[in-house]
Amino acid sequence: MTNPIILLRGQEVPNIHQYDVYVQHGGYQGLKKALGMSPDEVINEVKNSGLRGRGGAGFPAGVKWSFIPKNEPVKYVTVNADESETGTFKDRLIMETNPHQLIEGALICAYAIQAKAVYIYLRGEFWDVAHQLDQCIEDARKDGWVGKNIGGGNFSCEVYTHLGAGAYICGEESALLNSLEGKLGQPRVRPPFPAQKGGGLYGEPTVVNNVETIANVPWIMVNGAAEYKKIGTEQSAGTKLYCVSGHVKKPGVYELPFTATFRELLYDICGGPSVEGRNFKALLPSGGSGPIVHLNDQVLDTRMSYEDTAKIGTIIGSASLIVMDDSVDITWVASKVTKFFKHESCGKCTPCREGTYWLDKVIDRILAGEGRPEDVKLIENVAKNMAGITLCALGEFAANPIIHTIKNFPDDFNQHVAKKAETKPVPAKKLAAAGD
Amino acid sequence: MAIINNDKYTQRINWHLSKYPDKRSAVMPLLYIAQEEYGWVSPEGINEVAQLCDMDPTQVKSIAGFYTMYSEKPKGKYWLQVCNDLACALRGADEFHHDLLHHLGIEEGGTTDDGLFTVEHVMCLAACDKAPMLQCNFHFMENLDMAKMKAWIEEKRAELEKENS
Ligand SMILES: Cc1cc2nc3c(=O)[nH]c(=O)nc-3n(C[C@H](O)[C@H](O)[C@H](O)COP(=O)(O)O)c2cc1C
Ligand code: SF4
Ligand code: FES
Repeated sequence: MTNPIILLRGQEVPNIHQYDVYVQHGGYQGLKKALGMSPDEVINEVKNSGLRGRGGAGFPAGVKWSFIPKNEPVKYVTVNADESETGTFKDRLIMETNPHQLIEGALICAYAIQAKAVYIYLRGEFWDVAHQLDQCIEDARKDGWVGKNIGGGNFSCEVYTHLGAGAYICGEESALLNSLEGKLGQPRVRPPFPAQKGGGLYGEPTVVNNVETIANVPWIMVNGAAEYKKIGTEQSAGTKLYCVSGHVKKPGVYELPFTATFRELLYDICGGPSVEGRNFKALLPSGGSGPIVHLNDQVLDTRMSYEDTAKIGTIIGSASLIVMDDSVDITWVASKVTKFFKHESCGKCTPCREGTYWLDKVIDRILAGEGRPEDVKLIENVAKNMAGITLCALGEFAANPIIHTIKNFPDDFNQHVAKKAETKPVPAKKLAAAGD
Repeated sequence: MAIINNDKYTQRINWHLSKYPDKRSAVMPLLYIAQEEYGWVSPEGINEVAQLCDMDPTQVKSIAGFYTMYSEKPKGKYWLQVCNDLACALRGADEFHHDLLHHLGIEEGGTTDDGLFTVEHVMCLAACDKAPMLQCNFHFMENLDMAKMKAWIEEKRAELEKENS
């Protein structure tokens, strides 16, 4: 059986990003179908499809939509196109190559919750992508798919883009809403959650979904929930865009059903290790924030689904696979990832702000060969103390890589500190003299 | 020039202000316009944006300071933001960044004397499969190496010389 293609469908069609071409290939039929159903029927269809959020957490999309209170007059949809996790580059591909798919999906979501407007929040670097989307929105408007009385019915909805300006934290949904409101892009205290009155955009109930999540929706409307559910595994319906970077021959974005294994992706599709004679060593399956694993046979034969990756102690998350061969020192990886989170911590809570600062400092010391054996324990403790007590999940994201790199690759750390353990400590007097 | 009452921007400013139920939400797009006009988010730009969004200038300044893409000091004509985050670094981005600085004779974050190039390293730009890569004034340049960069730099220098002669 050839693999089903949902998200990258139409990629072979020249100019599928243009409105006319998209329509010639069945575009806006999903929205048309949705408009002929009741909003609740649309929500149920998405619920039944088993579609889960692709932004990382995997929350069922239809369930999220059903949380929106029906009796509130003003509601919003925000599409999360902040895509800033290290190793993630799938949303950009969807928006560059098939932007109408996203606009159509967002309008279906808006109809389902009866939203007044859709805001697509893009990371600031997606400047060109945002301008193309603006053009697409205007093209769809001309045919009555955006604005007043969509498709000739009673439903009206606007669609806008909004560019961020370089802050990873704005991908966190409550920070995104603050940023969109013109406030500092820092997370909010929850509850109230975005779906609740008081918690969403301008205090109104709001759905926040990732680009890839939303891009599935037109297909589900056209083909039905049952067809969608046939693809993938029991708990992971549909296909996923896997972003592969690092030490493989053919890095890139690939669409596969959740039943595919790491081996199929990394060997059959990506061609194995990029340097002849080298072997795979480690894998970060979900960017910098997810637990690192040994890239061994057990992992290679695991299906890349939510439930299967949980069994091997990691997550599939946003499916940002960073592949490392045996030339890589995992202490260096821990350092790179920590620098990222130190830079991106918004500074609102102390454990995250201070924790990332200290982690970075001590790892640098270890890498420079100046660490002591107890430094490894020290960073492990700092990381463990950060987890679970911060306002948003970034604190956890920053702690995770440290905890798992040390747990799974202790030798990589110990090799740096062992030397120090062997050498006798330099007497303080001598050190002072050397500084003269 | 100002951005208020400037024909070049009026339409875009009004459009951004019309997108949101609250003017304050337009602060980010308008800061980009100010940056386009002044080359950085200058005090004049901050004041104008504050006026347009009904905000206090100090609030606008703190927003500008929170995000890395608003420049708080003037940059070179070409602002090169090199990604040297993990995925790119696995494909030689650290060396590329280092060599680029060396070739231009500047330090990290510095600008060349002719005012043409500023180089900074940044975190993941969502183009990890095309490393080494960088962002030049909001446009991506991908699958780079030093030979390509040197040729590009020469081209830009020649353009400047032509302009000046
Ligand atoms: C620090 C942080 C950064 C995040 N960055 C992103 C992001 O860039 N894109 C995204 O879709 N979700 C991101 N998320 C997850 C969002 O908060 C949110 O769960 C998601 O957009 C919901 O959409 P989904 O249910 O469709 O996945 C981030 C979360 C955290 C804590
Ligand atoms: S955990 Fe970090 S990023 Fe999240 S709110 Fe606290 S300081 Fe900000
Ligand atoms: S790590 Fe450089 S673009 Fe992602």
